[in-house]
Amino acid sequence: MAKSNEPIWWSMFSAGGVMSAFFVPALIVITAIAVPAGWISAEGLRELVQHPITRIFLFVVIALSLFHWAHRFKFAMEDLGLKQLGRFLDIFCYGSAIVITIIAAAKLVTL
Amino acid sequence: MAASDTAKKTVSLEVFRYRPDQEDEPTFQTYEVPYKEDWVVLDALNYVKDTLDGTLSYRWSCRMGVCGSCGMMVNGEPKLTCSAFLRDYYPNPIRIEPLTYFPVIRDLIINMDDFMNKLTDVQAWLQPKEEKPVSEGEYLQTPAELAHYKQYTMCINCMLCYSACPVYGRHPSFMGPAAIALAQRYNLDSRDGAADQRAEVIFTHDGIWGCTFVGDCSRVCPKHVDPAGAIQQAKVTATQDWYKSLLMPKQK
Amino acid sequence: MANKQPTRAGKDYVRTVPNTWWLKKKTYALFMVRELTCIFVGGYALFLLALVSRAGDEAAFEALLRTPLLIALQIIALPMVLYHSITWINLTPKVMVVFRGEDKVSPALIAGVNYVAWAVVSGVILWIACCKG
Repeated sequence: MAKSNEPIWWSMFSAGGVMSAFFVPALIVITAIAVPAGWISAEGLRELVQHPITRIFLFVVIALSLFHWAHRFKFAMEDLGLKQLGRFLDIFCYGSAIVITIIAAAKLVTL
Repeated sequence: MAASDTAKKTVSLEVFRYRPDQEDEPTFQTYEVPYKEDWVVLDALNYVKDTLDGTLSYRWSCRMGVCGSCGMMVNGEPKLTCSAFLRDYYPNPIRIEPLTYFPVIRDLIINMDDFMNKLTDVQAWLQPKEEKPVSEGEYLQTPAELAHYKQYTMCINCMLCYSACPVYGRHPSFMGPAAIALAQRYNLDSRDGAADQRAEVIFTHDGIWGCTFVGDCSRVCPKHVDPAGAIQQAKVTATQDWYKSLLMPKQK
Repeated sequence: MANKQPTRAGKDYVRTVPNTWWLKKKTYALFMVRELTCIFVGGYALFLLALVSRAGDEAAFEALLRTPLLIALQIIALPMVLYHSITWINLTPKVMVVFRGEDKVSPALIAGVNYVAWAVVSGVILWIACCKG
C-alpha cells in the first residue's frame, strides 16, 4: 500500500484543534455571555472586528476550526457506521471546509 | 481453623465455550471454583481444567505477566488472566471470554494469524544501518539513544491492545497498536536503518492513519508500552516527512 | 522444520462489531463525545463567519449577537468546546514527546505548560475585547 497523503488533512486538523482549543472558549464567553449581559458593547466589538489584525486572526480561527471539524467529523461518521458513504463523505467534509474557507477569506477581505 | 468456619467461599465463572466440531454457535458454561485470596483468574481456570472439566481449552504459560499468552476478556475488559485477581471481582460472577475482535478457534483460544502476519509486515526486527563484522565490535548506543525507544521494547505481544481497539475491531486490515508500536521501537533505535522501508508499510491508510486515538490500547496494556503515543508520534514524523518531500523534494 | 498448520475441527467463530460499539464501554462513549465536540467547533466557526460578515452593518451585527436561539446554542457549545480543550491539552504530551538526554520530560509538565498558555491566551482575548472594544 502506498504512503498516504493524509498528512495534509491531519496537519490542518491538528492546527485547527490547537486554535479551537485555545481560542474558542474565550470567544464564546464574549459572544454568548459578555455581550448579551452587557459587559461588552456590541458596537465596541464590531469596531474591534473591523481591525485588520482581528480580521486575520478570526480568519485563521474560522478556517482552521472548519478543517478540524471536517477531519474529525469524517472519521466520527465512519465510526458510527456511515463508511458506505466513503468518497462522498470525504468530498462533503473537506469540500465544505474548503468552500467555506474561501467564503470567509472573501468576507474578511471585503470588510 | 475455627469449628464454625466450615463454609468454603466460592466464586462463579461464566466461561465462553465454542466447540466447532460440536456446535455452530458458542455457549456459556458456569463453573463454581474455590475463592482464594491470592488466586488469579488463571488459577481458577486451571482448577476448572484439572478438576471440573478437562475439555476447557485456553492458552497460558509463564503465569507471571511476561509471556503474553493468557490474554482473555474478563468482565468485558481485556486482561492477562494471570494478573487478574479473583479478589477484585469476588463475590460477583466472573465472565471469561476469548479476546474480542479476533476469530475464535475453540473455547478461549483466538486465531492470532493476522497479528503474526502484521509483525512480519512491519519488519519487527533490527536492520542495522551498516552491517559490521563481529571483529569490528558491538553496535554502540548511548543511554540517551536507548531512552528514545526503550518503552516500546516492553511489548510482550499479548494482543490486549487489539481487543481494546475499535478500529481494529471494525477494520481488521488496520495494522493495530502493537504492530505500529513495534515498528516505532525499531524506527527510533539509533542502530536501525530501515525506517524508510517501514514507512512504506505504516505511513498508510491501514497503518497510522487508521488510528483515531481512542487511546484504549494504552489503557489496557499490561506493560505500559503506550502504543497510542507511539502511533501519534509516528503521525508527526510522517507529517514532517510529507511536508519536507513536498517543499524540498531533492533533500532526504 | 517447516511450519505445519494444525488441523482445525471446524470454522473459526467470528464475532461482529455493531455500529453501537461505542456505547459498550465508558471509555468508548467518552471518546465519541470528544469526537462529536467537533460539531460545536465547526458550528461556532460558522457563527463567527456570520458575525464577521455583518461587521459593516451595526444593526445586523448586534441583532445576530442578540438572537436568543444562537445564544442558547452557544451556551450548549461552551461545555462541549471546553471538553475539547481539556482532552486536547491532556493528550498533547502523548503527541509531543520531549527528551532531555536520558529523561523524558514529565507529561504533566507539558500539559501544565499548555494549560497556563491557555489561561494566558484566554485572558488576553477577554482583555482586548473588554478594554480595547
